[in-house]
Amino acid sequence: MTEQTQAVENSSSSNGTSISQIIMGVLGHFVVKRFLFFIFVVWLASTVIFIIPRLSGQDPVKEKLLLEAQRGGAMQTGLDEMAKSYQKRFGLDQPLWVQYTNFLKDLAKLNLGVSIAFFPRTVNDIVFESLMWTLGLMGTVTILAFILGTLAGAILGWPRRPGWLQYVFMPLLTLSAIPQYLLGMILIFIFAFKLGWFPLFGGYSPATVPELTLSFVVDVVKHAILPAFAIIFSSIGFWAIGMRGMMINTQGEDYMIQADAKGLKGSRIFIRYAVRNALLPQVTGLALVLGTIITGQVLVERVFSYPGVGDILFQAIRLSDFFVIRGIVIVIVLGIAGATFLLDVLYPLLDPRIRVRNS
Amino acid sequence: MTENIAPQIQQDLARGGWGQFNEERVTPIKKYALRNPSLIVGLVLLFGMLFLVGIGHVLYDTEQFRPLSAPTRLGPTLSHELRDGTTAAFPFGTDTQGRDLMAVAILGTPLTLRIGLIAGAVAIGLGTVAAFLAAYYRGVVDGAIRSVVDVGLAMPALLILILVRINIGRELSTDELGIAIGLTSWVFPARTIRSQVLVMREQAYVELSRLSGTSGMGIIFKEMLPNLIPYITASLVGSVAGAILASIGLEAIGLGNLSDPTLGMTIYWNIQFSSITLGMWWWWLPPLAAIVIVFVSLFLISSGLDEWSNPRLRKRV
Repeated sequence: MTEQTQAVENSSSSNGTSISQIIMGVLGHFVVKRFLFFIFVVWLASTVIFIIPRLSGQDPVKEKLLLEAQRGGAMQTGLDEMAKSYQKRFGLDQPLWVQYTNFLKDLAKLNLGVSIAFFPRTVNDIVFESLMWTLGLMGTVTILAFILGTLAGAILGWPRRPGWLQYVFMPLLTLSAIPQYLLGMILIFIFAFKLGWFPLFGGYSPATVPELTLSFVVDVVKHAILPAFAIIFSSIGFWAIGMRGMMINTQGEDYMIQADAKGLKGSRIFIRYAVRNALLPQVTGLALVLGTIITGQVLVERVFSYPGVGDILFQAIRLSDFFVIRGIVIVIVLGIAGATFLLDVLYPLLDPRIRVRNS
Repeated sequence: MTENIAPQIQQDLARGGWGQFNEERVTPIKKYALRNPSLIVGLVLLFGMLFLVGIGHVLYDTEQFRPLSAPTRLGPTLSHELRDGTTAAFPFGTDTQGRDLMAVAILGTPLTLRIGLIAGAVAIGLGTVAAFLAAYYRGVVDGAIRSVVDVGLAMPALLILILVRINIGRELSTDELGIAIGLTSWVFPARTIRSQVLVMREQAYVELSRLSGTSGMGIIFKEMLPNLIPYITASLVGSVAGAILASIGLEAIGLGNLSDPTLGMTIYWNIQFSSITLGMWWWWLPPLAAIVIVFVSLFLISSGLDEWSNPRLRKRV
């Protein structure tokens, strides 16, 4: 075995495979290409995030500190320490390019800085804690809505469906035109305020402490039901519309006619031929939506006072906590660019046509 | 003799006038409306609401949209006795800060639509120009526009708007808000229109036009743009809906103009004063209904336009 590999290595080196050729080969590989593009997008986006505050000629840190100093009170004590920490950490008196490279260095280490309003808590700490809530609820619900909506769309786009089904789905599609947070407000009014079946707001009851007990889990689930339904109801239609369009597009294809001519069972044609092919763009959509769930649901979280990223973002805007806002933006950019990268890498596994083109 | 001809001519004239118009114009529209009801229902819904708002503008005193101009926390009533003894009607009630919610609804609905239209027009305008530059000239131009679009798609417009708005440090007027939303949301239309242009570029009639010596601009304006108008119109409706959603989102998290009575700001005040737990349903119901009508009608219009621009869907709607 070792002899063999040695022989291969010898032969390849005798053939004159230089290091530069290997490097070119690696760079030419599509996974590496996509990864470099991912880095490029994140870099460009962070540069934009870095430049925007400089363009306005305002210093959010200084303004916030001044504001707090004027207000006085509890914030006064930490002020000097805070200002020093910022000067040391960000080198705000240093030339712009030094600030820029420092910013990029911190970013490479995934260090998002320190909160202004909740000093000395770090942005990483704050964002991570709220991310758990957002991903836990919104991630689950988005995937659930995707499955239900895609199924609904597949049946809607199938010519041999029962005729009455279109009357069931039309209201659902119209429901999808209503923004999720407005649906949330209606649900709160009916099921929390009028009927009192579910809590009015929050991720868990204010009196409880987050811990891993059965009663706490039940409490969390109870709080999650209304926001979950708001999102599921309003996004099923979105997935159904896309899937229905793709199902209709498969109808005229040669492979569908062939499957029919072969006398295959309707259910087999439906699943293996129509749905299998119509699903691909849906998966693309899912990856893109999963990347945006953090922002997409800001207002749902706001309406329900759910302790996720959206609520933190709202608090940060209210307290003009610039570094928390910037941190959330960076996390979201990473999320979307990362989802796109993963999709690009995984897509050939789903679509053989892409696999052929890449090799 | 002439007396006999006259009725005939009159009849002909009648048929050539309204009668012919009826046959040539109205009947096809009627037929189309029957086949594509969502477009018509959407348009009727949207313009019906705007009509009601217009009537309100003429007949109702909208000056009381400002805080403290009416009694506070008043349910819908047609005769409320004011302190000076006179009675006043508040059909939609008033809010915690003393706004007449009828006036807010009448002023806010067109204001929000205006933001959407400005933003949609800016986004589709920029997007179309970028798409044609990229798809028609290819090469470096295409590469540059594509990377801008890819980066733009990775950065949610709402977040860029939040960053910009925080750093500007002052309130934007509604028109500025519309322009800002448009400037951050042109990348998606640019991408979809570009792929349409790319497909069209390879079509035989474009090839023929190029071979017969039509200039690049000539091909774009005479051959491609007319064929893309249905698609661009459908994208515009989508962009307007997206922009309204973004504007309401920005306003609801407190980044709107606090003195404007837009639908989004009304939602903001509702959340801020938790009107639902106060039981003040008349406060959140009108803006919510208006937003739902706007989105449902835009959704119906856009799916109707889709049917128009994509003949493949036509068979099975």
